[in-house]
Amino acid sequence: MQLKIEPRREISRNLLYLTPFLAVLLTVVTGFVLFMLMGYDPFAAIYHFFVSPLLSLYGLSELMVKAAPLIIIGVGLAIGFRANVWNIGAEGQLTIGAIASGAVALAFWGDTGLWVLPLMCIAGVLGGMLYASIPAFLKTRFGVNEILTSLMLTYVATLFLSTLVYGPLKDPAGFNFPQSRMFTDAALLGVVFDGTRMHTGTIFALLIAVAVWVLMTFTIIGFQVRVVGQAPAAARFAGFSRNTIIWFGLLVSGGLAGLAGTFEVAGPIGQLIPVITPGYGFTAIIVAFLGRLHPLGIILSGFLMALSYIGGENAQVEVGLPQAVTGVFQGLLLFFLLASDFLVRYRVRVVRLVTETAS
Amino acid sequence: MTDSSAVLVLLTVISAATPLLFAALGELITEKSGVLNLGVEGMMLAGAVAAFAVAVTTGSSTLGVFAGALAGAILAFAFGVLTLTLAANQVATGLALTIFGIGLSALVGAGFVGIAVTPLPKLAIPGVSDLPVIGSLVFGHDALVYLSIVATVAVAWFLKKTRGGMILRAVGESDLSAHSIGYDVIGVRYRAVVFGGAMSGLGGAFLSLAYTPMWAEEMTAGRGWIALALVVFASWRPWRVLFGAYLFGGVTILQLYLQGAGGLDIPSQVMSMLPYLATILVLTVIAAGPWKGRLDAPACLGRPFRPST
Repeated sequence: MQLKIEPRREISRNLLYLTPFLAVLLTVVTGFVLFMLMGYDPFAAIYHFFVSPLLSLYGLSELMVKAAPLIIIGVGLAIGFRANVWNIGAEGQLTIGAIASGAVALAFWGDTGLWVLPLMCIAGVLGGMLYASIPAFLKTRFGVNEILTSLMLTYVATLFLSTLVYGPLKDPAGFNFPQSRMFTDAALLGVVFDGTRMHTGTIFALLIAVAVWVLMTFTIIGFQVRVVGQAPAAARFAGFSRNTIIWFGLLVSGGLAGLAGTFEVAGPIGQLIPVITPGYGFTAIIVAFLGRLHPLGIILSGFLMALSYIGGENAQVEVGLPQAVTGVFQGLLLFFLLASDFLVRYRVRVVRLVTETAS
Repeated sequence: MTDSSAVLVLLTVISAATPLLFAALGELITEKSGVLNLGVEGMMLAGAVAAFAVAVTTGSSTLGVFAGALAGAILAFAFGVLTLTLAANQVATGLALTIFGIGLSALVGAGFVGIAVTPLPKLAIPGVSDLPVIGSLVFGHDALVYLSIVATVAVAWFLKKTRGGMILRAVGESDLSAHSIGYDVIGVRYRAVVFGGAMSGLGGAFLSLAYTPMWAEEMTAGRGWIALALVVFASWRPWRVLFGAYLFGGVTILQLYLQGAGGLDIPSQVMSMLPYLATILVLTVIAAGPWKGRLDAPACLGRPFRPST
C-alpha cells in the first residue's frame, strides 16, 4: 500500500470551511503540550485561556471590545487578499486613523455637538485611506512592492504618534505624561452595557462585515476583485484594470483600519497615548485568513482571536502564564491553517500496489 | 583611544550593517531558488533570543552563535514544510512565520530581559590592531563581522562559478524545465530556504550578542523587513547587497548621531523614522529608475511548485 497525493479538480468546499476548526483544534492540542513542557498544569492553563473568560459578563464584554477592531480590519484586508493585494500595514493605517480622529476630538474639546463623533469617524477613515494611498500610488505608478512599503509605514506611523503625544498634543495639565487630554463626552462612543467597556463600535463592526459581504457579493467591483484573484488571465481578457483593484483593495482596507483606530480612541481608550493597539493590524491578517476571506467567517474568527488576547491576559493572572503565549498561539493557528489548506486542494488516497494484490 | 571620531562613526556603521548583510544574503539565496520567505524578521528574532539564551546559560558566545543559526534554520525548515511540501501560499506563510517568531522569542526571552552578556570577543591582532585608523577599521572586529564579508564573497562565487549555483538559479528561473531535466526542485529549494534561515539567525545572533548586546522583545525593529527590501534594492546581486547593507547601516547611525548632536530642533522620533523612509525611497528609486525592467527578479519567485508525479 502507498499514499498517493493528487490535486483535486475543484477545491473541496466542505473542507475549506471545516479546516479552520481543525486548525483551532491542533493549536489547542499543541498549546496543551507546550504548557506541559513549560511546567504548568495544562488543564488549568487551557481552561483559563479558552473557557473561563467566556463565563463572566466582564470577559464577554471585553471579547466584544477586542473583536470590534479585528473584524473591521479583517474584512477590509480580506478584500485585498482576495485579489493578491497584500496590505500588511493596517497597524499603521489604524494608528493614523486614531491620530486624525483624535485631533478632531481635541480640536473640539468640550464641544457637546452630536456631530463631533461622526466628524471623527470621517477623519479616521480619511486618515487611514490617505495613509494606504501611499503604497497604492507607489505600487500602481512605479510597481513598488506594497508589502514592504505598507509595513515600513507602520513603523513611521507609530513614531509619528509618539512625536505628537510627547509634543504638540500632550495634555498641558498632565504632569508631563506622554498622553493627550481625555476626550469629552461628545467625542466618546456610548457604552452598551453599564459597568463594562463594550461600546457601540462592536455593533458597527458587525454591520460593516455585512456591508462588505453585500459589496463583494452583489456589486461589479466585488465581482472584479474575485475574478482578479481567482483567474488573473480571465480578468485581463475581460479588461478589468489591475490598478483599479489595487487602489480599491488598499483604500477600503486602509479606511476601515482608520475607522478601527477611531473606535479604539473614542471607545476603550478615550485619549491619545503612545501605544493604542496591541497588534490588531497584524492579528487581523490572521483573522482574515482564518475566516476564509469571507466577511461572515471573519466575524467568527474575529471573536476567536479576540479570545486569544483576553485568554492570554486571563491565563497570566490565573496561572502566571507569560503574556507572549498569545503571539505564539496566533502564529501557530495560522501555520496549522495554511498546512491544512493542503487537504482542501489535494486528495490523499491509499493506493494498493499491483504486486501486493498479486501475492 | 587615539582614533578620530570619523573612525568611530565608521566602526558603528559596520556593526549596524552586519545583521542586515547576513539576513539579506540568506534571503538572496532563498529568493534565487524561487522562494519568497517574508519571515526574515521572525527568524532573526528567533536567532537573537536563542543566541542570547545559550550564551548566557553556557557562558560561551560561540555556542550562542551556533544556536542562533540553528534556531533560524529550524524556523525556515518549518516554512519549507508548509510552502514546499504542502504548497501553501508563500506570502501568508512568511507572515505567519514572523508573527510566530515574535511571539516565540518573547516567550523564550521573558526570563532573559535585563541580563548582561559578555559581548563577542574582538579578534585583536597584537601590533596590527594598534595601527592608527586602519588598525581599528580593518582589524579588531569580532568574528561575525568577518564572516559576513566572507559570506558575501562565498555567495557571489557560489552563484556565479559553481555547478550548484547554476542549478539553484535554474530552479528559480524555470522550475518546470529544471524538473524535467531531472533536478530535484523541491530539494534544492529546501536547502536554499534553510540556508536563508540560518543566515537570518546569524544576523539576529549578531544583534543580541554584539550590537546591543542584550535581549529585548522585538529588538530587530524591522531589520528583517529592511533586509528583504535590500535584496530588491540589490537586484538579487550579492555585492550590491553588501553595498546596500552598509548604506543602510550608515543611515541608521546617521540618525543616531543627529539625535545625539541635539543642535537640531527635530524630535528624536522623527529622526528614528529615517531608516524606514529611506527604505521606501530606495525601493521607489529602484523601481522607477532608468534601469527598471532589468531588476532580474527570479522568474519563479513566490510561485508554488509541485511535481506532477
